[in-house]
Amino acid sequence: MSSTAALSWFARHEIRLAWREWLAMMTGGRGKRKRAVIGLILFAAIMHLPAWAVIGRFADLQPPLDKPTLIVITATIFLAWALMLSQAIESVTRVFYARADLDLIMSSPARLTNVFSVRIAAIALSVTAMALLLSTPFVDVLVIGGGARWFSAFGVVIAIGLSAAAVAIAITVTLFRLIGPSRTRLVAQILAAIIGAGFVIALQVAAILSYGTLSRFAVLTSDAAAAYAPGPDSPLWWPARAAIGDGEVLALLVAFGLVALGGVMAIFSPKFADTVAHVSATSMTTRQAPRASAFRSGSRQQALRAKEFLLLRRDPWLVSQSLMQLLYLVPPALMLWRSFSDSSAAIVLITPVVVMAAGQLAGGLAWLTISGEDAADLVSTAPLPPQRITRAKIEVVLIVIGVIFAPLIAALALASITQAVITALGVIIATLSAAAIQLWFRVQAKRSQFRRRQTSSRLATFAEAFCSIGWAATAALAVSIPIAAIVSGAITAAILAATWKISPRRD
Amino acid sequence: MVRNEKALSLQPNPEPFGPFAIMTDVSALEVRGLTKRFDRPAVDALDLTVRAGEFYALLGPNGAGKTTTLRMVAGLLRPDAGSVMISGIDALADPVAAKQVMAWVSDEPMIYDKLTPLEYLEFVAGLWGIDPAVSQLSAHQLLVSLGLEPHLHERCEGFSKGMRQKVALAGALVHDPRLIILDEPLTGLDALSARHVKGLLGDRVRAGCTVIMTTHILEVAERMADRIGVIAAGRLVAEGTLAELRQQNGRNDTSLEDMFIALVDAEAVAA
Repeated sequence: MSSTAALSWFARHEIRLAWREWLAMMTGGRGKRKRAVIGLILFAAIMHLPAWAVIGRFADLQPPLDKPTLIVITATIFLAWALMLSQAIESVTRVFYARADLDLIMSSPARLTNVFSVRIAAIALSVTAMALLLSTPFVDVLVIGGGARWFSAFGVVIAIGLSAAAVAIAITVTLFRLIGPSRTRLVAQILAAIIGAGFVIALQVAAILSYGTLSRFAVLTSDAAAAYAPGPDSPLWWPARAAIGDGEVLALLVAFGLVALGGVMAIFSPKFADTVAHVSATSMTTRQAPRASAFRSGSRQQALRAKEFLLLRRDPWLVSQSLMQLLYLVPPALMLWRSFSDSSAAIVLITPVVVMAAGQLAGGLAWLTISGEDAADLVSTAPLPPQRITRAKIEVVLIVIGVIFAPLIAALALASITQAVITALGVIIATLSAAAIQLWFRVQAKRSQFRRRQTSSRLATFAEAFCSIGWAATAALAVSIPIAAIVSGAITAAILAATWKISPRRD
Repeated sequence: MVRNEKALSLQPNPEPFGPFAIMTDVSALEVRGLTKRFDRPAVDALDLTVRAGEFYALLGPNGAGKTTTLRMVAGLLRPDAGSVMISGIDALADPVAAKQVMAWVSDEPMIYDKLTPLEYLEFVAGLWGIDPAVSQLSAHQLLVSLGLEPHLHERCEGFSKGMRQKVALAGALVHDPRLIILDEPLTGLDALSARHVKGLLGDRVRAGCTVIMTTHILEVAERMADRIGVIAAGRLVAEGTLAELRQQNGRNDTSLEDMFIALVDAEAVAA
């Protein structure tokens, strides 16, 4: 087989792997391709509605654009880029640690530089393809409303996808060199989790500090931002100009993306093999400091809880997920702090944000403690009734949520006791709902499968999300329009009851 | 909280039934009419008795129903029909009491990657309600005897399969069970580790503990087991000491491997 044929064969292999991985992610490993594709088409069709609501009004935009519009479009594209970057970092990390596959490649007589070049290109391709897929409803809406010139937005997605993959590879390989393989895994996971959210949250923080609102657009459309922004000819606005149909700038952007990716392939492909070999050779051993204390005494439930707390503390993926949830709490916390000085009415917004964050965090924690049991046989053969095992695990979720949210609620009580009580109740109910859903839909899995927990049951995922949103809305309405809260609460309770009714473990 | 009244000795317990001495003439395991169906019958009205203080090897081809049987005995799978008595305790009616005196080790060691072996054993001892003063000493000695002393404070995530299996085995022994059920415990172990494990199990049996083990390594069954049961298509097709099995087979010079193959072939023909 010629070198070119071998490379194209390997590229096909990579694409097939990426497709099957995506299919497994979409179908929870059940491999129903037709259903996954139909589901995806339906999802894309339905997504046109929210896309229309969100950006339909921008379809008529014509060049030249004013500064606030350029800032908003550029910030949106930057956010999309940041999200792609986080996804690409995650993909690169996965490639490094997929040892079975890498051992085979490394032991083959293929030229590793070429093979890893293809693999880097495959990462870029999968990141870009996913971005194209998600952006299609939005671009469609713009094309339908504003004409064919908006097709150039697809080009912008491709350009930023290529550059995000290039930056992700550079960051990850550099991290390997600087801090070693085991720390890179942790840092990369945390980076991937917080990069996308970090940008939005930073805008919200800026908006709160400057304007006392949670709206990120307040900063972007402000006079201050326009004053600091560069002139209309600045390269900073190229992505925005390309998106609305400037073909010349679009060509430059795509060329820049390709050059960046090509450069990364040229620089890092030869080092990829070394890095992979380094990962394989480096022991994953983590030593704990020898403990001076004796084994702890306590009840069997205490032993279970102590184990869960220890595992949660040592779980890097959960740390990154929790960090992201906690990051979302920074804006409401700041708003709370501001409200002490100017008694802003916007303080009401804190309640739904806190309740929703608690519901989401509780869902993840409940999955880890209830479904993500690595020694399921051991716990099942332990001499204590299953109900007490379940209770101990739910107690862990409640305690963690309590520790995280109690300080915020206590601070809220200083501003408004009623709102603090309602928020606390909302947090408790949202946490118990999330834990109950996880219990009804539990499927024994490894903790390392946390990333794919949503795919094991789509129903549980949607029920968890709807309940979080429902309880958040109920709590917000209870603070502002109590009668409406009764309706909202009843609807959310009905969703929960329906979820229980159709769950496989309602006994 | 229920605590194990009998203090765990560091040596294998010389008085196997301690406070349950009245049960010495009770079988360690008595299974009657045990049945489980999946797509087809996996275990078919199985009767099995294992005497206290016995090393019992359960053999059978792949898919014969060995693991399903043992998972039902360990309380991991609910049988469709039948009864399971462990040291005189009805395991289906009072699973908690039955689990208190039993340990289960599967072929795929299920331990926590983020815990050290010592932390894992502390957790297991806590789950079985063992006095920490006793379990700490016992845990340390078990891990040392299995050659894990250099790794006491390392997280299990970097361990080989053999090391993980040894940690799981130490976890099963740390609460000093009267009945130890092992499903292919020697899979993936090197020769030295396998010898460690076999030695440890032999010591436990000599001290009065009962061991039930499935294995595909017939030489281990031949050398270690007091009695051997052969299961095929969910039914016990032969049982006895090696000598008894030879007698049943009508040839005194035949090896266990030859007998096993003959029994399984005969069962396949009959089916």
